[in-house]
Amino acid sequence: MSVRRLHSEQPDSFVFTQDNQAWAEGQISKFPEGREASAVIPLLWRAQEQHEGWLTEPAIRKVGEMLNMPYIRVLEVATFYTMFQLQPVGKKAHIQVCGTTPCMLRGSGDIKAVCQKRIAEHAHEISEDGNFSWEEVECLGACVNAPMVQIWKDTYEDLTVETFEAMLDAISDGNEITPGPQNGRHFSVPFGGRTSLDEASLEYGPEGAVPFAHLVDGAPVACEVDAGVSINGGPQPDAVSGKPKPKAAKPKPAKQAVAPKTDKATAQKTESASSPDSKTAKKPGKAAPAKSDAPVSEASKPAMLTEARGGSADDLKRIKGVGPKIEGILNGLGIFHFDQIAAWDQANKDWVDDHLSFKGRIDREEWIPQADALAKESKG
Amino acid sequence: MLQDKDRIFTNIYGFHDWGLKGALARGQWDGTKGFIDNGRDWVIEQVKASGLRGRGGAGFPTGLKWSFMPKESDGRPSYLVINADESEPGTCKDREIMRHDPHHLIEGCLIAGFAMNANACYIYIRGEYIRERERLQAAIDQAYDANLIGKNNVHGWDYDIYLSHGAGAYICGEETALLESLEGKKGQPRLKPPFPANVGLYGCPTTVNNVESVAVVPEILRRGAGWFSALGKPNNTGTKLFCISGHVERPCTVEEEMGVPFRELIEKHCGGVRGGWDNLLAVIPGGSSVPCLTADMCTDLSMDFDSLKELRSGLGTAAVIVMDKSTDIIRAIARISYFYKHESCGQCTPCREGTGWMWRVLERMARGEAQKREIDMLFEVTKQVEGHTICALGDAAAWPVQGLIRNFRHVIEERIDQYSASPKDAPIMEAAE
Repeated sequence: MSVRRLHSEQPDSFVFTQDNQAWAEGQISKFPEGREASAVIPLLWRAQEQHEGWLTEPAIRKVGEMLNMPYIRVLEVATFYTMFQLQPVGKKAHIQVCGTTPCMLRGSGDIKAVCQKRIAEHAHEISEDGNFSWEEVECLGACVNAPMVQIWKDTYEDLTVETFEAMLDAISDGNEITPGPQNGRHFSVPFGGRTSLDEASLEYGPEGAVPFAHLVDGAPVACEVDAGVSINGGPQPDAVSGKPKPKAAKPKPAKQAVAPKTDKATAQKTESASSPDSKTAKKPGKAAPAKSDAPVSEASKPAMLTEARGGSADDLKRIKGVGPKIEGILNGLGIFHFDQIAAWDQANKDWVDDHLSFKGRIDREEWIPQADALAKESKG
Repeated sequence: MLQDKDRIFTNIYGFHDWGLKGALARGQWDGTKGFIDNGRDWVIEQVKASGLRGRGGAGFPTGLKWSFMPKESDGRPSYLVINADESEPGTCKDREIMRHDPHHLIEGCLIAGFAMNANACYIYIRGEYIRERERLQAAIDQAYDANLIGKNNVHGWDYDIYLSHGAGAYICGEETALLESLEGKKGQPRLKPPFPANVGLYGCPTTVNNVESVAVVPEILRRGAGWFSALGKPNNTGTKLFCISGHVERPCTVEEEMGVPFRELIEKHCGGVRGGWDNLLAVIPGGSSVPCLTADMCTDLSMDFDSLKELRSGLGTAAVIVMDKSTDIIRAIARISYFYKHESCGQCTPCREGTGWMWRVLERMARGEAQKREIDMLFEVTKQVEGHTICALGDAAAWPVQGLIRNFRHVIEERIDQYSASPKDAPIMEAAE
């Protein structure tokens, strides 16, 4: 434990915004009567989010009044828990670098050195332009994606010095960045492909969402945005609530000039690399599956056979990601051989994708290179 | 090796919908009413028969823990509290459950709460998991909307699930510190007894369970205790989420059978040790608080509670931290000591002072600025911290240092020799502050 004190300069007062006040009352109602104090951490946290990412003395007093707690009890809580920032932080980003052993083993020291070089020599110091600050924190619980940092609500994982510096540039320039692994990996799957949960015969339900790019900016924005259903992933209009929560949930600070958004869906359809957009191109290998519900024209239908050549089809299940169920679908479409798959172009992939229940698999599981290798193998 | 059909968490990678629709497609919330209609004793018996041991680190039998709750209420309500304060370095399994497959947990909460006569459940999630918190809250809202939980729900057991959170204190993963924090205080552990089953949250009977322990229960009931107990080894049954981090080719989280051979685990799922098996230096098999093992010990290592206990280590949370020969093992353990120094709540003197003391000495040893006799002194100090504190954080801080000295004493001695062979300035001894 360490000694943590309040900042020397404090604002005069603190009031919750109307929305936050209503939210706070909702939090208090979670606990039995007379136990309002239980809501102290959520309330202090919301107060911090509302006030530029740090916790002020008037806010601590205010929360104490709301919860009928003596000031000293709230102050104890505020100084005990290290996520409460007791001094101002960078306007655009306060970067929390995980430095505990699992991250250290994978190079968090280099990440820290970048912070020292580009932001400030010491933790909790604010950079010259006032936009950044950093600190080293203890294990953030994303150890298999080490090294990683947390900025506001999101984590940025599998960093290298290059990707981390590119992220800092993007934040600094007001460009969007995508949370999650920065090396193209899918959450905590082993890099390069799954080793389990691969059998297409299991019933898994609809496709999941992946993180989407958004602006990284100061805490008031982060606070107002409750991404709700769509958090950490793309829009999911068909979730149970029935309410489409599309990208309206994204932070929208109007001040920064955002590069004009082209229709991403169409852009992706035409771009064979299927990189989400030019801004994220800084992150190498970030291949996001093309997402569009627009019907793909029949012109892009790949070459099909009515039956297997010579009566014997290749065992398509040898492609990692293809199980008996998908093999059946492919055979049904008229695809029997590795070389057929290896020859697909982007349009063909989209066409086949449309006929599969799991969209985006072809790229994600790298069927084409696999099929190519297998086709060569069977010829040789 | 474990087959996909025997895996419980079929969406830990988030390839599929995390929401209720996806959960239903994956077979969750199926037959839940039947389990509740079978009665409380049946549920507890099934969990006992499955041999499920708590997944939070200590490995205490879950069914037995539930049976400690009072059968009849004396007027006080009972509470189920879920420990989602996952902060043990190396551990990131509950995160995947909460963000990608949260309905396992919610369904488990209902069943576990019913089994211990509780009508309310608090989930305490660590403060840093902000997106996971939003996701879990969204999943809870879905369950309310579909009338799966709440008052007069379809299961016939009134049940409320509330989500609260911490703000960056590792100690709140200790069950009584968690209860203190949930009551709005500093997270400082309570003396036991009384145990939480008698006097817990708000002075009421409470059981604190890990996320994974509760999340596997619905599948155990659906597939039968026999299915679960047939997996793994006797007394170490079932499947487990392993998080493999550090110097493997491809770190990942994966569900495997208990007792899976260490070598198979990392070679099959992680592409092996970076630079090949012979490049392995040490392994921390269960999160930062368990003693490390040498490469020799890992050759035929079986990843389960009892096998690791025999090696004087532990399965802990099954967070495997792999270190190859490029690692400075003293520095790696010193960083863990720094972690415990940072996270000590300051309540008991041996821990508050001892964690900092151990860290400072280890930092010196990492540079070689020490005397060899200090190695024994350090070991002695760890023994004085271990077992002399209110909670287990003192033990957790002592064990990694003991593991280092037991298994890598020669490395420390070599470092000291190296340093004294080319002395720079007279070493400045730091110990007590």
